[in-house]
Amino acid sequence: MVELKKLRFGSELIKRGFAKMQKGGVIMDVVDAKQARIAENAGAVAVMALERVPADIRKEGGVARMADPLKVKEIMRSVSIPVMAKCRIGHFAEAQVLESLGVDMVDESEVLTPADPFRHVDKKKFRVPFVCGARNLGEALRRIHEGAAMIRTKGEAGTGNVVEAVRHQRTMVSEIENLKKMNEKKLKKIAREYMVPVSLVKEVKKMQRLPVVNFAAGGIATPADASLMMQLGSDGVFVGSGIFKSSNPEKRAKAIVDAVAHFNDPKIIGKVSSGLGEAMKGLEIEKLDKKLQERGV
Amino acid sequence: MRIGVLAVQGDVSEHLSIVEKTLKEMKIKGNAVPVKKDLDVDVLIIPGGESTTISKIMKKTGLFDEIKKLDIPVMGTCAGCVLMDRKHLGLMNMGVKRNAFGRQKESFEADIKIKWFRKDYHGVFIRAPIITHVYGECRTLARFENRIVMAQEDNKIALSFHPELTNDTRIHRYFLSLIKNRRDHTNCTKFRTIF
Repeated sequence: MVELKKLRFGSELIKRGFAKMQKGGVIMDVVDAKQARIAENAGAVAVMALERVPADIRKEGGVARMADPLKVKEIMRSVSIPVMAKCRIGHFAEAQVLESLGVDMVDESEVLTPADPFRHVDKKKFRVPFVCGARNLGEALRRIHEGAAMIRTKGEAGTGNVVEAVRHQRTMVSEIENLKKMNEKKLKKIAREYMVPVSLVKEVKKMQRLPVVNFAAGGIATPADASLMMQLGSDGVFVGSGIFKSSNPEKRAKAIVDAVAHFNDPKIIGKVSSGLGEAMKGLEIEKLDKKLQERGV
Repeated sequence: MRIGVLAVQGDVSEHLSIVEKTLKEMKIKGNAVPVKKDLDVDVLIIPGGESTTISKIMKKTGLFDEIKKLDIPVMGTCAGCVLMDRKHLGLMNMGVKRNAFGRQKESFEADIKIKWFRKDYHGVFIRAPIITHVYGECRTLARFENRIVMAQEDNKIALSFHPELTNDTRIHRYFLSLIKNRRDHTNCTKFRTIF
């Protein structure tokens, strides 16, 4: 029989392992049970339970907070795949509530209004794993050092414009590549600059990738967008407003799942992109009043 | 020797790298290959991931029906275990219950005893399923708190945890020892004693 002292919950292995099971999958934003079921039927690996999708948060303004627990629970009851939910940057009390509700992962997200101007949530204290956004290697490593089990790009949420997610992914890849040429002294310097232990930087240099799963998020609206991000090295894709702000969410959700599964097969991307109906309208980054990605560095 | 890892969704690369490590340890000439549509492999591993997603995509590509007919050794971990049960691919005479321990916060690590294995194995259980019952030729290999977490039927193995998330290659070694017609088959019995 198993000795109880050997039983461990919420370890780094368990948290990072959970994120690894999401690889090659699509995580979809949903606001109610009906949308959650559409996402599950389309083949999503998980859903993100929200009160409003980012496009609406952007439009309506005001302070965006954690979703109503009632809503989160309703969504958790309606599907068998993992359910994630967002808390504000640094708002550990919201994270505690989400953990107690039993969500499978917490997204400490810049899409909500930040709650702490100094710090992010100390994620190592939690049993539930966290995903955090990052625009570059420094941000990613700070979040991982704080205990994030998964990283995602901080593409401009709610714009349907993939350019920022691409910028972040390309930046990350080239910064990891650059580590190859660095000697001990330079690695120490860059670790100081990133404000993380040099051992973490060395680990990334050796692995030539982040030590946790790295997803694309923000502005992904079409199957080709998803394929683009996967070909740039993302492990999977978050789709926010892109699905339920389009004219045919069911069909588009399935198409994006297929696009991620077969991301390097242009024939399949072409096939699933055909006759999808109107994509979400989309916004140009230059014309935005505020950029969400600048929150929480 | 081609060791296929079903590459539809899930922790494919973790299996590929532990297979490479196992091949080296067992001194078997072979490769770990991701399987998207071509099933030209000697054995198949179905990795962890979301079983609903993996089965939906496999059904669309036709892979689902092809795998059903396979008589090569197959190993399924976590989601792979779910997919091997009688309600899905029907590769083993067993029933499986998804997320049997609860949600992610109930995920855990624990040492378990496995039949044939001399020392305990460190099991990593993530939103893990359990094997509710086995029948016919299907046999239980390991239990955790009296629930079946590993079973074998002929050359098929299903487990509800993730050996690919550890560095312990014993389960992969055990699995590869099930390959019949291997030229160095005599070695298999030797390996059997060292798990």
